[in-house]
Amino acid sequence: MTSVIELLDVSREYGKPPTRALDGVSLSVDTGEMLAVVGPSGSGKSTLLNVLGTLDRPTSGTVLIDGIDVAGLSDGELSGLRAHRIGFVFQQFHLSEGTTATDNVANGLLYSGVPLRERRARAIEALERVGLGHRLGHKPNQMSGGERQRVAIARAVVHRPPLLLADEPTGNLDTRSGAGIVELLHELHGQGTSVIVITHDNALAEKLPRRVMIRDGKLAGDSADAATIGPVLVTSGGSS
Amino acid sequence: MTDARLRSRLLASDVLRLGLAGLVARPTRAVLSALGIAIGIAAMIAVVGISSSSQAQLAATLDRLGTNLLVAEQGEDFFGEKVPMPYTAEGSAKRVDGVEDAAATGAIDGFGAYRSSAVEKGATGGLALRTTSKGLLPVVGGSLATGSWLTDGQSEFPVVVLGAAAAEHLGITHAGQQILVGTTVHTVVGVLEKVELAPEIDSSVLMGEKAGEKLTGDRVHPSTVYVRADEERLTRIRELIPATVQPASPSDITMQRPSDALAAKQASEQAFTGLLVGLGSVALLVGGIGVANTMVISVLERRKEIGLRRSLGAARPHIRRQFLAEALFLSLLGGLAGVVIGSGVTAAFAVSNGWPVTIPPIVLGGGLGATLVIGALAGLYPAMRAARIPPTEALQS
Repeated sequence: MTSVIELLDVSREYGKPPTRALDGVSLSVDTGEMLAVVGPSGSGKSTLLNVLGTLDRPTSGTVLIDGIDVAGLSDGELSGLRAHRIGFVFQQFHLSEGTTATDNVANGLLYSGVPLRERRARAIEALERVGLGHRLGHKPNQMSGGERQRVAIARAVVHRPPLLLADEPTGNLDTRSGAGIVELLHELHGQGTSVIVITHDNALAEKLPRRVMIRDGKLAGDSADAATIGPVLVTSGGSS
Repeated sequence: MTDARLRSRLLASDVLRLGLAGLVARPTRAVLSALGIAIGIAAMIAVVGISSSSQAQLAATLDRLGTNLLVAEQGEDFFGEKVPMPYTAEGSAKRVDGVEDAAATGAIDGFGAYRSSAVEKGATGGLALRTTSKGLLPVVGGSLATGSWLTDGQSEFPVVVLGAAAAEHLGITHAGQQILVGTTVHTVVGVLEKVELAPEIDSSVLMGEKAGEKLTGDRVHPSTVYVRADEERLTRIRELIPATVQPASPSDITMQRPSDALAAKQASEQAFTGLLVGLGSVALLVGGIGVANTMVISVLERRKEIGLRRSLGAARPHIRRQFLAEALFLSLLGGLAGVVIGSGVTAAFAVSNGWPVTIPPIVLGGGLGATLVIGALAGLYPAMRAARIPPTEALQS
């Protein structure tokens, strides 16, 4: 299988003197794969997500997306990559208040050069995919947390990206809504999208086929790697 | 990866939509920050509009009155004496080549006009008593407010026609009322409208030449000759008139062209206009700074939104364009309001003065154009700041 994204010895440093948020991480995610990146707060999860999503560039090492080195891409080309190839889901949803669910989702196509009419049509389609066909005209403040996160997911997948990155997607939700969101992510995965979920919630990670553990900026375990086994993660993930 | 499909693109229509949406989301702030620009533009348009309306009024006035009236007045000689004009002055002037028409008035000194005998002698209120030739009105462009002009049949009788100011001073409202000239009762047969080209007639009590002779006991010499002349040859005729009406001492004649005086008055008002336009542009500048300030604050507040847009695929130019469009809309909003307010003020002022409302379209266009330039300048720095906000901002909580 080909890799949808591949990190080779990636490090990311901040500030002076430099602190290493990521330290020599190598990770390969196959097309159509679904995995959890687990680790306590401050372990470098968010930095990893930024690098995976091309929101940030590594200080050293190589990031390959669809086999192409992002180091050689301009800001404009990286933006194009995000507009077409990657969908983001955030812990705080980041929906625009005062705007209907349909228009929030349609914004996911804003930077793909799709005309408004088509954006809306595809947004309605995406909302139906996430089970919100009955909430098209609702505004974020008229919806529950779970529904809002579904709107955010619809926005992330409205352009049908091969890669979906979710940062603590259930972090602001109660258990039941969170379970629904995880189920939805599984569904999207089932439809062929590669899904990477960043979380500190081991219970959530347990439900995903592959788990990658990160600690102090270093890869501390990978359930796909024969050397480290899944259950190790559960105990070492601890109660962060 | 430079595949065109993978480029992020933002449609121009969406740039406009985003710019507008940014304002609609914070309406109070948009209105307040557009206010500065609105006041600046309104001030400039009102100043220019009022000035050009007043100019249009002058042009219309001159058009109506004509600019070919010359006034020859008897001045004092070297010793302060007035050398009387010959009785033939009017006739001689008419014979000058290029002169279309002429009329004369003769000041009568030593007599006053009074409402009644109860008024103290000497309290003339600045009214002048003049004899007039029959053809005065068409030459000076005067007209009657009420009553009739002096006729041949009346010329020996004690009848007068009053200038507008004279009638007001004496309290005469209609023909048939009587006033005292010297000690003789005179009947008012007519009252004139204001004569714009010859304001001295407004404060005059006019009587026929024969009536003047009866009053003073002597034939009254002309003291002012009004000449309508061919516009083309006006300069030449102006040189000829003094020697024609006063061959004895042409240098004592002062020549005037009343339309010049009106234009000169206008010109002095224009200088004031320049000052006001200067003040208006200061207001505009302050308005522009207000817009820049609002935009900077807006960018600071919307770091997360910008981060989100970057994660959705917005490239730096897209973010820049969005905020630039917002700044342009903001100042355009102010500009449009300013144009409406400025035009309204101009119209109200012009109408209340009885002027034609004249706002040069170039001023309206220029005002809006200036607004866009200001919006672009004010939006440039905030937009560039917005574009520099890193995409990772969306993930920071």
